[in-house]
Amino acid sequence: MRRVLLPAMLLVALIGLWQLAASTGAIADALNLEDFLVPSPTEIASSLWENRGLLAENAWVTLREIVLGILCALTVGSAAAILMHRWRALRDAAYPLIVASQTIPIVVIAPILVVWFGYGIVPKILIVALICFFPITVAVLDGLRSVDPEAVKLMRSLDASRWQRFWRVEAPSALPNLFTGAKIAVVVAPIGAVFAEWAGSSSGLGHLIQSDTANFEVARQFATVAVLAAMALALMGLTVLAERRVVRWR
Amino acid sequence: MKPQLADPDRTSSPPSPPGAELTLRGVSHSYGDLVTLAAVDLQVGPGEVVGLVGPSGCGKSTLLELICGLREPSGGTIAVGGDSAAVARLARCAFMPQRDLLLPWYSAIDNAAIALRNQGMRREPARAAAAELFERFGLGGFEAARPSELSGGMRQRVAFLRTLIAGKPVLALDEPFAALDAITRAEMQGWLAAALRTDPRTAVLVTHDVEEALYLCDRVAVLSNRPGRIVAELGVPVRRAPDRDAAVTEQAFVSAREAALQALREGSR
Repeated sequence: MRRVLLPAMLLVALIGLWQLAASTGAIADALNLEDFLVPSPTEIASSLWENRGLLAENAWVTLREIVLGILCALTVGSAAAILMHRWRALRDAAYPLIVASQTIPIVVIAPILVVWFGYGIVPKILIVALICFFPITVAVLDGLRSVDPEAVKLMRSLDASRWQRFWRVEAPSALPNLFTGAKIAVVVAPIGAVFAEWAGSSSGLGHLIQSDTANFEVARQFATVAVLAAMALALMGLTVLAERRVVRWR
Repeated sequence: MKPQLADPDRTSSPPSPPGAELTLRGVSHSYGDLVTLAAVDLQVGPGEVVGLVGPSGCGKSTLLELICGLREPSGGTIAVGGDSAAVARLARCAFMPQRDLLLPWYSAIDNAAIALRNQGMRREPARAAAAELFERFGLGGFEAARPSELSGGMRQRVAFLRTLIAGKPVLALDEPFAALDAITRAEMQGWLAAALRTDPRTAVLVTHDVEEALYLCDRVAVLSNRPGRIVAELGVPVRRAPDRDAAVTEQAFVSAREAALQALREGSR
């Protein structure tokens, strides 16, 4: 209870402070801005309500990009980890390159992918998948490498084929790591989706923020950010729930 | 050759033959420059249980892995049932490691039945075969338990059944009870003796507990310090007597233990 109550109280206090500072015009004065550029929490909440249809529509677009991107990354990342685990030479060749590739800011790749694949959903999925690929691959590979070699030996003595050793020992051993990777992916995926939409799109929460910036719709921008954050939190919650259901032996 | 499967319908009549012959001739092994085993000769008859005792690091566990075909010797030959190929040894020996290594994502019964599943049996018949043994070996009612819910002694029982159920003629047991407390260990020794009485197999038991070796085995081989070789082979006074606690206090047993300890001391020099 304390674990929920204390952060909740702090959050309420911070929002209250913000409300006070914004509604009295203190922040706007300090920043030398017009009042409407510094919306208070209540103004953001009413914008959230008034624009609920528009926000839901765009949230659906972005959610699809995020979920499909994460699923792609889970599939490709796990497969890459399994292949690198199975073939040592492949790991030695590919792993340094995968690590090095992380120095390339994914953000700068987004416009290129938009040029190649257009304004549709494909470049967004690719960006989200690219940003999620690394944490998932590294986590799964770590999990596969941490399998108890004695257990594998035992399974050999008990007539397990390589395939059976993989499915009955190695894969379950690495499953908790897969979820660790997925949890990181869920956090970074919305960033990827928003950047991808900024690079070129006609809908989505990122697109909405972009067009609202041009029109000084600051209250709605905050409302959009709130929706995006809620979406990421919900995805995180779902991942944790799935982990508890699947990895029951922990 | 396909390994024979454990027959769940078998009650008390021993399988025939109750095990395969195991022959080690001049077996040596080294990790790089480190010679762990030097010229080990050992003959184990079908259905015979031989104990291997020796100081820590003398290569006992390596020897078991060699027997099971999990490793290849650097020199010499190991034949199980007359065949010295590693695949034949893998097919005919079942290994029981020191730690139980039960897989936490499977229930007790699925852990015990894993060899049958690996051999291609479907889940339900494999579980039924294991359930039969669970009843017979005092694990009835714990089929669905997770390994983490079992006591140390019960985990070792499941681990032993997992080895037994593989249906192989030779069992290689690597200090199966080393991690247990003294009382549970004594209890488990009695249990294992009973299991081997009802379901005889050729077995090699590695232990550093001389008493355990003398109680459970038909013969005890003493290994020397590294590089390990067999320095003495001792007979045992009583063969797996039903009453363990009475057996180990008999005069003949006590003298045999003294003789074994003496051989160990000489081998450790």
